[in-house]
Amino acid sequence: MTEIILEAERVTLRFGGLVANADVSLAVRRGEILGLIGPNGAGKSTLFNLISGTYRPTSGRILLEGQDITGLPAPERCRRGIARTFQVPRSFDSMNVVENVIVGGFVRHPRAAEARAAALATLDVVGLAHRADAVAGELTPPEKRRLEVARALATEPRLLLLDEVLTGLTPSEAKAGVELIRRVAERGVTVIMVEHVMEVVMPLVDRAVVLHLGRVLAEGRPADVVRDEAVIAAYLGERRRAA
Amino acid sequence: MTSTTLPAPAAVPATASAARAFAAKRRRTLLVGLVVFAGMAALPYLVRDVYLQNVLILTVMYAALSQSWNILGGYCGQISLGHALYFGLGAYFTSVLFVTYGVVPWGGMLAGGLASAGVALLLGWPCFRLAGHYFSIATIVIAEIGLLLVHNWDFVGGAMGIQWPFNPDSWWTLQFARDKVPYFHFALGLFVAVWFVTYLIEDSRWGYWWRAVKDDAQAAESLGVEVFRSKMAAAAVSAFFTAIGGGFYAAYVSYIDPESVMSFRFSLLFALPAVLGGIGTLWGALVGAAILIPLTEISRSYLGGTGSGLDLILYGLLVMLVALARPEGVLSLFKRTRTARNQEAAP
Ligand SMILES: Nc1ncnc2c1ncn2[C@@H]1O[C@H](COP(=O)(O)OP(=O)(O)OP(=O)(O)O)[C@@H](O)[C@H]1O
Ligand SMILES: [Mg+2]
Repeated sequence: MTEIILEAERVTLRFGGLVANADVSLAVRRGEILGLIGPNGAGKSTLFNLISGTYRPTSGRILLEGQDITGLPAPERCRRGIARTFQVPRSFDSMNVVENVIVGGFVRHPRAAEARAAALATLDVVGLAHRADAVAGELTPPEKRRLEVARALATEPRLLLLDEVLTGLTPSEAKAGVELIRRVAERGVTVIMVEHVMEVVMPLVDRAVVLHLGRVLAEGRPADVVRDEAVIAAYLGERRRAA
Repeated sequence: MTSTTLPAPAAVPATASAARAFAAKRRRTLLVGLVVFAGMAALPYLVRDVYLQNVLILTVMYAALSQSWNILGGYCGQISLGHALYFGLGAYFTSVLFVTYGVVPWGGMLAGGLASAGVALLLGWPCFRLAGHYFSIATIVIAEIGLLLVHNWDFVGGAMGIQWPFNPDSWWTLQFARDKVPYFHFALGLFVAVWFVTYLIEDSRWGYWWRAVKDDAQAAESLGVEVFRSKMAAAAVSAFFTAIGGGFYAAYVSYIDPESVMSFRFSLLFALPAVLGGIGTLWGALVGAAILIPLTEISRSYLGGTGSGLDLILYGLLVMLVALARPEGVLSLFKRTRTARNQEAAP
């Protein structure tokens, strides 16, 4: 029996007339890296917001390790082991890099000195230790992405939601990012990652879920998913528009 | 003087040495504080002029009050423009308890401080659900309502106010008719207390939580920060110290009425020094007060009285100027050069 760490049960979120997530059902296995893909506006970030507690669903339930967390506020979900990054980095710009990470560190370390030590160690893991004293607002965009990841990791999550953390990186930076995600997963953290660059995500993930217009369109092994007719049609529609 | 030299830029800071460097920086801040405060304590012996001593006392008092405001407004980002309410509560608690019940001002200040913290929590319950400007507007309105209530409440003297009786000079009753220097030292003590509390909070969970709330509340929540509780805690601490300042002011001027301790003017005067000097910093309130309060007192003597509102226009202009030239306050003048130096040193 595979253990299920997170379950979404027929989750729906409406913004007025727009249905951002429609009847999304999803089961995430402990320890896997799950790719969440889909064209722009498919509802991927919205699903992250629902899982992390930033938004509440219009209907449906979210279960973490079998417990209903649908009504829990975001900080409580964080304490229970869910961490997320934001697609558009949202660093605390009046603080420096290590202070940003310390905020996450307090989830497991109530004392400031311990939270700081944990934050510094986390910065080392993501390769941002040399920028520890820089003001967060002055980081380059790729560095800001790393900071997002570091903050989330500092909360010592069991489930990590990564929203396009590899987007806009140079090939070598992306490679370093992939390695980082592998290392995190090897430590037993379950990862759901949203990514557009197929060449990067597909070799990394154990399983892929495709969202389209708020619905689950396909699900399965990466190799199968990319060959799925409906998925190709959804992406082609977008590629054509973008071209 | 090894403590002022920068760490060798070539050395990659390992986790342990980074933690040590931070601890050293904290100790240095404390040391600077000690030196500055010792120097300030000597000031009234160098300045013997009574008028100038009054300016000194007010400057340090406003520095303390602005630093109290800074805890909520600067660190937690909740811009209150109604702190006159807590100032007034402190002044009235202290005056009524002393004049009517004979409780020494120390007790009245403590009672006023605790009552203000309680009121801040009561008001925070609805107000901290309001966003940005709505919060600020609500604080103005509530403070004005408080002013009206006190105005019409005969038990606390109504519009007539409360006159403190004349007593021999004593630290016990905080009354000093002949020599004003003890007032300066009380105000300085209050500033040091608020400064030290802020210093401790800066490297505690609350401190980091407050700044995270200020910068991005939603991101903070996703990192385990209890946003609402953070605001409530900041408001309570801030109100507590503001009320103690109010109690001190009542003792210093020995006569209070609603306008002289609760008018909107005070709310502005608590916010402005911190904004001017550097919002959300340890030293901003003191630097801002040192610029603004002497200016206020001088303009008061030249422009005559507080009724004209000309001085308020002057502060408004000053803050606008600083906001345009140095959004992070006067202190950032020094910070800028330091980061520039670090960048030059970086490989
Ligand atoms: N707060 C909001 N208010 C109203 N509409 C929203 C809100 N957030 C998202 N939406 C809408 O919901 C839909 C799904 O958005 P979402 O951000 O989840 O897409 P996405 O799959 O993450 O897209 P992208 O790949 O571009 O990041 C979009 O049509 C978007 O405009
Ligand atoms: Mg998105």
